[in-house]
Amino acid sequence: MNYVIIGNSVAAVGAVRGIRSTDPQGNITIISRERHVAYGRPLISYLLGGLITEKRMPYLPEDFYEKNRVNLLLNAEVVGVDTANGKVTIAGGDVISYDKLLVATGGDPFVPPIEGMAGKDRIFTFTTWDDAAKLKGMANDIQKVVVIGGGLIGLKAAEGLHLLDKQITIVELADRILSAAFDRPAGRVVAKKMKANGIDVITEDTVVRIEGEGAVITGVTLKSGDFIPCDTVIVAIGVRPAAGFLKGSGVEVNRGIVVDDRMETNVKGVFAAGDVAEAKDFFSGVKNPMPIWPDAYIQGDIAGVTMAGGSKGYPGGIAMNSIELFKVSTISMGITNPVEPKEYEILTYQDLENYQYRKIVLKDGLLAGAVIVGAVDRAGIFAGLIRDRIDVTSFKDQLLTPDFGFVNLPRDIRSALFAPVGKVTGADEPARAVGH
Amino acid sequence: MKRIYMIEDACIGCHLCEVACITEHSQSKNPVKAFLHEENRPISRCTVEEWDGGVVSFSTTCRHCDEPDCMRACISGAIQKNDSGVVRIDTEQCVGCWSCVMACPYGAVQRNLTKKKANKCDLCPDRTSPACVDACPNRALVYKEGSQK
Repeated sequence: MNYVIIGNSVAAVGAVRGIRSTDPQGNITIISRERHVAYGRPLISYLLGGLITEKRMPYLPEDFYEKNRVNLLLNAEVVGVDTANGKVTIAGGDVISYDKLLVATGGDPFVPPIEGMAGKDRIFTFTTWDDAAKLKGMANDIQKVVVIGGGLIGLKAAEGLHLLDKQITIVELADRILSAAFDRPAGRVVAKKMKANGIDVITEDTVVRIEGEGAVITGVTLKSGDFIPCDTVIVAIGVRPAAGFLKGSGVEVNRGIVVDDRMETNVKGVFAAGDVAEAKDFFSGVKNPMPIWPDAYIQGDIAGVTMAGGSKGYPGGIAMNSIELFKVSTISMGITNPVEPKEYEILTYQDLENYQYRKIVLKDGLLAGAVIVGAVDRAGIFAGLIRDRIDVTSFKDQLLTPDFGFVNLPRDIRSALFAPVGKVTGADEPARAVGH
Repeated sequence: MKRIYMIEDACIGCHLCEVACITEHSQSKNPVKAFLHEENRPISRCTVEEWDGGVVSFSTTCRHCDEPDCMRACISGAIQKNDSGVVRIDTEQCVGCWSCVMACPYGAVQRNLTKKKANKCDLCPDRTSPACVDACPNRALVYKEGSQK
């Protein structure tokens, strides 16, 4: 059996382990357009800011590829897939045959056309090790930076540059930063902390023109008419699935590569996992892209096991982020900003002075989401309650307490969770503790 | 593999498991020296929970899951499961992002805020049986074979 995996990040790693758990023999080839072994992609802001050295970038034990007998092709960009004949074409003309194919290519940064951007040499994106290395290499020549986009990538780029003493302005179109993960109070807490650190956060505005003669940037003009001087621009508006090479392959691509509960696409034998895939959502069952690190691993694992002939189903993706910005810890998970708030019960606790905030979102007796700012300890217990669909009605009043723990749960649930034989699901009781 | 299991009815809430854990992971491996003199004293990897002044108590710790959520969430690769099934954190590699804290449904990964590193049970590599289990005066912690999905 020949397994080919396009992409070499966390979903690919999950897939290699998934394949090897089921098939110790088959040939595995990983094709990556980057020149590095698998690395902790979210670490690029730590690298930029000098919090870690390049030595810490590799994500796996050194012997991973050898131990799992993976043929690793780096610097190799796939340009086409022939699903009828099971062949992948690499730039330069090499062709590789597969029996099972996994597309785990992640996302490409989206850069919209902005007036004045042509020919400027200091417009960057920030999604790869090389992006971070390039910025770091020229850091001495950078003074003022405008970051377009106040999402996770933009804020992490801003934090890294701030650690290098650069002056930063973030321009965000929405009414707050991190609007995808945070609600208003949590966004405000972080924005407050950023402002206290000297970072300008401009919301409900956007860059309409990049100013400067020739290759040099002198500043940006906003929609509101304001001019912000800068010498460097980082575009962090979002990412798009890196699936362009599938054109003409017959693989269905919507907002991502559409996959079923085993991560298989509409073309038999072709799978997708991670940020490039569009799999079902845990709550709604509706398929949507879920660019979440742990979820990419889980999808990769399921794809790997399935490709190797095993069986494993996908419970659905749950958005989940642990983000520390300017020493404020935040963890958010699940549904944090219900579109129809009336259908949900929302409990909150806030002490914004001390950067503490907790929000619990409940629906029909189940935990649907949580936002924790500050004391994030043991937040994973909430993740477990969500995933296991445990009825929290009897102890919901205690969910907001900072030392919430298993002692607050009914004993039968606790005993099931900590049972010596693993989580028990009896035939005569509802499934409440499966997975992990 | 062998794992640590708690017997709730036997727990007397003495917190000796936590003391033993801190001591075992300290530099001196002496409780008094560790508590009084060690600047970077470790924090406990097991957590005693209590209710109603101790009427209910038990000690929770890492399950060394077959498919560890902490490992899958780890962005730096610091958390790995070794060939014997033990899930450990390479402290040097950890960047303190708390993704593992977010993911662990057992609340078994702690934040060491002084060192800004995640912290979890390593099943005491230098011992035949974990320190918390050996320290428990009422055998409320047992170390035995079992599976944990």
